[in-house]
Amino acid sequence: MHLSEAINSGFFFLAPWLVFAPIVGLLINLIFGRQFSEKTVGTVASLASGAAFVVSVLLAYSVSINHGEMMRWRLAEWIHIGQLSLDWTFRIDSLSTTMMLVISGVGTLIHIYAIGYMHEDVRFKNDVGRFRRFFIFLNLFIASMMILVSGDSYLMLFVGWEGVGLCSFLLIGFWYEMDILGRSSWANSDAAKKAFIVNRVGDFGFLIAAFLMFWNFHSLQFDEVFEGVRALSAINSPVTIAITLFLLVGVAGKSAQIPLYIWLPDAMAGPTPVSALIHAATMVTAGVYLVIRSAPIYATAPDAQHVVAMTGAVTALFAATIAVGQYDIKKVLAYSTISQLGFMVAAVGMGAYVAGMFHLITHAFFKALLFLSAGSVILGLERGHHHAEHAAHAHHDEKPKKKAKNNIPSKVEGHEEVSHGHDDHEAEHGEARVESVETFDPGDMRNMGGLRKTMPVTFWLYMIGTVALAGIFPFAGFWSKDEILLDASLHFTTIYWLLTAAAFLTAFYMGRQIWMVFFGEPRHEAAAHAEESPKVMTLPLVVLAVLSVAGGALNLPFEGFHNLGHWLGYTIGEVESLPLDLKVAGISTALALLAILISWFIYGRNPLKVNQPDPLKKPLGPIFKGMESKWMVDEIYQALIITPFTKISYFLADVIDWRFWHDFVHDKVIAGTYNWVSEIGLNRYADQKVIDAFANWLADATQWVSAAMRKVQNGFVRSYALSVMLGVVLILGYLIFK
Amino acid sequence: MVPVDYYIILSAILFTIGALGVLIRRNPLIIFMSIELMLNAGNLAFVAFSSVHKSFDGQIFVFFVIAVAAAEVAVGLALIVEIFKTKKNINIDDMNSLKG
Repeated sequence: MHLSEAINSGFFFLAPWLVFAPIVGLLINLIFGRQFSEKTVGTVASLASGAAFVVSVLLAYSVSINHGEMMRWRLAEWIHIGQLSLDWTFRIDSLSTTMMLVISGVGTLIHIYAIGYMHEDVRFKNDVGRFRRFFIFLNLFIASMMILVSGDSYLMLFVGWEGVGLCSFLLIGFWYEMDILGRSSWANSDAAKKAFIVNRVGDFGFLIAAFLMFWNFHSLQFDEVFEGVRALSAINSPVTIAITLFLLVGVAGKSAQIPLYIWLPDAMAGPTPVSALIHAATMVTAGVYLVIRSAPIYATAPDAQHVVAMTGAVTALFAATIAVGQYDIKKVLAYSTISQLGFMVAAVGMGAYVAGMFHLITHAFFKALLFLSAGSVILGLERGHHHAEHAAHAHHDEKPKKKAKNNIPSKVEGHEEVSHGHDDHEAEHGEARVESVETFDPGDMRNMGGLRKTMPVTFWLYMIGTVALAGIFPFAGFWSKDEILLDASLHFTTIYWLLTAAAFLTAFYMGRQIWMVFFGEPRHEAAAHAEESPKVMTLPLVVLAVLSVAGGALNLPFEGFHNLGHWLGYTIGEVESLPLDLKVAGISTALALLAILISWFIYGRNPLKVNQPDPLKKPLGPIFKGMESKWMVDEIYQALIITPFTKISYFLADVIDWRFWHDFVHDKVIAGTYNWVSEIGLNRYADQKVIDAFANWLADATQWVSAAMRKVQNGFVRSYALSVMLGVVLILGYLIFK
Repeated sequence: MVPVDYYIILSAILFTIGALGVLIRRNPLIIFMSIELMLNAGNLAFVAFSSVHKSFDGQIFVFFVIAVAAAEVAVGLALIVEIFKTKKNINIDDMNSLKG
């Protein structure tokens, strides 16, 4: 196709390159990567992701010149069995291209950032093969995510859904033989397994929903399913209720909603770019995308919609409370992500698809920014730690080092380990304490403080991200969150108040984080000597910061500025665009400012000292304890599900399988009967009395006959001759007289 | 002209005498002579039938039989000499080493 033709009619033929571009990058790194330097590997991967971004832009352009008309690009035949007919078809419409732009755009920036980050990670240890593997996984993730959003059927979506789940597993457990501090442990791989298994529960829901669709509508293709739902022409019919609620299980798994959110905080065990890309910006929004994509089904099931919205709202508030009590910089952001995903799910549950999508996009910008900045902070502390260690070793000998060691705040309390069931963990911990390199946790906010002086660029970037997340005018988060709140205030008062409370807490915990990390005095040698990150890391952050500031422009609540609403309207139908409600916006902004003020009052005015417990601990008492321990949800799951499950498994393995099946049924009944039958029946009777007897009789008979015959063989030739002659006479006689 | 039956009967008598000699006598030389007698009984029958049928086939057979008998006697006598050399005795009842 010629370029001019394409410019006029669209670049839809490029659609497969959404998937193939990252795959090509992955293959280049996989096959030739051994000879590449780290920089080349990173560049190839970033270019591959960038190519996907270019394709996404061209596709978005193509959709826009075709007035938002949906296009299908059929790549290959996949499954044709009976009524089931599925092709690998790319669905290019305004919704999928929006997702593609977010995924490849944010993804490319994170690829670039990762080139700088991965090299410096404390766990990296100059393992070049790991560097290459990391980028191969990242590219694989981009490809899977593209399959997910570009799929034209629920099954194709599921292929991507599983693909990103796999990449998430691979990347959470990227340093599978270490814990988050680089010590030898299985904590990271445990976290990866947890994510995978919890997601499996969600996938089960998704699959059941898909089966129900096929059972009822004989198709998995989006439009045909929607057609089938429309043909039911019933509100809250059991079929759609079942489908939508099972889909919700899938959404809860992938998008970390109650009750399946527990994997996401542990997923922070992965490298920080992974946390930003997969566990904040893109993969976890797949559930939100799924609901928006299934909007026609949800539209006929208002009851299910309500459940979705409530799930999201409760998750938003619940996760926000936990975020307040966390000390790990990434854990705070992880719970914040769950909370924000709750906002999105609540929005799409209320039918405010544009608002949900809008928040998805702005959240991708500012949460990626926050995570990557947090990574920068962690590395800055790491550098400062090395610096301090080095200085202590070089200038003084023993004494200052000891002093530095004593300065290390006790960090055991409240610092959650990802793993469960590591019995030797405490011992390991105690041992590690001797070597200060081992115990220093660069992600613990209690080790930070005063970083705004040593890491100014990161500080400002983090501030932008925080303000955007807190929802302060005119940053991106303000517009998107406000749209959700506005929608909720009009239709669902309960949800409105839940979300407003969550928004208040959001501003509070982000304020707490800012004061703890960047203000006050350094609480650790490492924080005092922290160093700014290189340009390859900060430049992508600047781009994300710009997007976090200006992202709100996508969909301003003024007449003529509902760009995103109009754009998505092509796919999900034109939706009512709400004007700015000053009351709702005012309340949320005022609450956010109030929350930041309170956080300043608690954490900013009197900065945390070394070894000082959290100032909220005393006034809130058990409530803070609950927030700190994540409301014991993991422990409850342990007690309610994992322990009984293990016990049942043990019971099944030991009692049912081993003792009953093996010892009793197999050994006693089957083997015993067999032995008895063979010993008594077969051996004693059949074998000895029949078969042996016959064989013995045969032998005896042979002996007897041969004894008789032996007498004939007397050696006298004459007698032989006589018998010959008699024989001849007999035969002749017979011949003559016959 | 003597009828052919007489020749055949004579031949049968000669054969029976020869067979009995083989079965009864213990001297291997006598047994040999008895075998010769049986062969010649056969020869007599051949010749008799040859003259009855006006055909030379029987007479040609007789030549072969005589030649084979000569060869047989040569081999047999050599065997008997060898047996006498090893056993110093040619009693036929002592030659029973074929007994099973």
